[in-house]
Amino acid sequence: MTGWGRTAPTAARIVRPRSYAEAAAVVRACGTPGHRGNIARGLGRAYGDAAQNAGGSVLDMTALDRIHAIDASGGTVLCDAGVSLHRLMEVLLPLGWFVPVTPGTRYVTVGGAIGADIHGKNHHGSGSFSRHVLALELLTADGEVRIVERGSELFAATAGGMGLTGIILTATIQLLPVETSFMSVDTERAVDLDDLMARLTETDHLYRYSVAWIDLLARGASMGRSVLTRGDHAPLDAVPARARRAPLTFRPRQLPAAPAFVPEGLLGRRTVGLFNELWYRKTPMSRVGEIQKLSSFFHPLDGVPHWNRVYGRSGFVQYQFVVGYGQEEALRRIVQRISERRCPSFLAVLKRFGDADPGWLSFPMPGWTLALDIPANLPGLGAFLDELDEEVAAADGRIYLAKDSRLRPELLSTMYPRLDEFRALRAQLDPRGVFRSDLSRRLGL
Amino acid sequence: MKDAFGTPQSLLVLGGTSEIALATARRLVARRTRTVWLAGRPSPALDRAAAELRDMGADARTVAFDALDSEAHEVTLGKVFAEGDIDMVLLAFGILGDQARDEDEPLAAVRVAQTNYTGAVSAGLICARALQSQGHGSLVVLSSVAGERARRSNFIYGSSKAGLDAFAQGLGDALHGTGVHVMVVRPGFVRSKMTAGMAEAPMATTPEAVAQAIETGLRRRSETVWVPGALRVVMSALRHVPRPMFRRLPM
Repeated sequence: MTGWGRTAPTAARIVRPRSYAEAAAVVRACGTPGHRGNIARGLGRAYGDAAQNAGGSVLDMTALDRIHAIDASGGTVLCDAGVSLHRLMEVLLPLGWFVPVTPGTRYVTVGGAIGADIHGKNHHGSGSFSRHVLALELLTADGEVRIVERGSELFAATAGGMGLTGIILTATIQLLPVETSFMSVDTERAVDLDDLMARLTETDHLYRYSVAWIDLLARGASMGRSVLTRGDHAPLDAVPARARRAPLTFRPRQLPAAPAFVPEGLLGRRTVGLFNELWYRKTPMSRVGEIQKLSSFFHPLDGVPHWNRVYGRSGFVQYQFVVGYGQEEALRRIVQRISERRCPSFLAVLKRFGDADPGWLSFPMPGWTLALDIPANLPGLGAFLDELDEEVAAADGRIYLAKDSRLRPELLSTMYPRLDEFRALRAQLDPRGVFRSDLSRRLGL
Repeated sequence: MKDAFGTPQSLLVLGGTSEIALATARRLVARRTRTVWLAGRPSPALDRAAAELRDMGADARTVAFDALDSEAHEVTLGKVFAEGDIDMVLLAFGILGDQARDEDEPLAAVRVAQTNYTGAVSAGLICARALQSQGHGSLVVLSSVAGERARRSNFIYGSSKAGLDAFAQGLGDALHGTGVHVMVVRPGFVRSKMTAGMAEAPMATTPEAVAQAIETGLRRRSETVWVPGALRVVMSALRHVPRPMFRRLPM
């Protein structure tokens, strides 16, 4: 079993509970001597080892996927943690509601979204996923189910807690009203990093959703050249007349899946460089009010199932960090080092975060976040990313645990100042170590 | 746990004074490895090796282990695994023997075979079982090109490494899909205390080069690693040389 990045495989017993009682039984059976604990797993989109548990058990939560209640006037939904955001969109969009926060893929479960406290292109205005969770039910180490209200300590430990406080069974989520399933999108090019940061700083607040794709292979004067994509939900009168008859349909397109075997090193400097060049050039200098389908704006990669296979057998690592406002120099230095190092990354994304939410191990904080994919077989990559970690830590920034597969454990408490509180709560709530994952063992969470 | 690049956080070395093993340990400690167990016969050299790793910041401990005492392996290694997960086991013990003397003294030859092969079978199986129950880990076995085809000049050592190599390959297949990775490392002539005073073979290498190849192999999850890599081609050619001709080759 591996994460989405397909690195560091380990073996575990997979249990797929079909009822809350079955899940509780698995939890009660843990914690006996020699038992190596368990961890909940959704759709396996965490890049690293967050949902693996070597030698123990992994609870596949995808069979617990009922939507219990929808309040179509107030805009809330009560659903099982195993429900995917894809399913929620299928059900809620025709009713005129959208999930409040979505990451770059719809194939994450509600439980995973809370456990990693995910963010989306709207973080600068809407915060992370947990901000929209009103309450949740948590199966704790004693086998009991607790109702966890927003504002409580347990809620703050669970939001972003990587599944280590217990197993999320259900959640009540506040939704976002929309008139159509279309997006009105503005696209523009930025010639270099300074241009990009200036544009984002000045105009981000005008858009609900905002993201920038950076060409990290561009060097010299064009270092940091990028494509900004920003938009909002299209109002009914903005969509073409033909779409107005059924403005809330949700039918994303699917391309054939990536083949199971891909030769190693397909995404090298040359191919990625060529792709980046084309991607940058094909974007117009500026385009305003383009109507796009929801799925192509938010989840372009979901159209290609198993796209993670294109990195070949040794997989890839995703590196995502955030540094606070005022630390633009650190960001510049890091971008420069990446482009000088010629890391072949064709998915490099920069965005601005807004206010942080209360999750103790929640990743987002006000500042700049950069995410990039790099093939894991690049020689010397481990040492290079360690050096970037040092820069990030020195700038009081942090690394995203849902994407991590390689952080040096010593840096964790610098990056997450509330780590000790998290550990203390876990020691009290789960003294027998019922909830464990490869991530928790690797980083000593 | 190993990180995305296969670098372990904890390491158990069987044959704790082996130069290749220590070069590997130093390399890994400079990256992620924080806990190192050096297993070997108690000696000042073993203690010195541990002290050196401690100076580098690792929590290095020694444990008394004798390859020839197979009956004690279960207890000795069981204690190490009981202390916590081991992400990587490096099976590095082995002796070269003295071919000329060993041909005259069969008991001395048996000692080479028992150390290099029998000792590795018991230790290897015990570690494999422990790794399997923790659901992850790498077992790295130091074989040799000498095991690839027996040569007149060192066939006793070579045959013991041939046995070890076949054992490790089979073990790797048996453990496929269990989360445990078995990697066979086949170095050529390594300049070390084991080969001190011997005439150097072509493509000679160093413990540091072997260590580097091990780190790369971990990253790639390789099953077989040749050091230097060109030996893979050389040996696959030599393997097919007819025996009458092979006998006459100057090696």
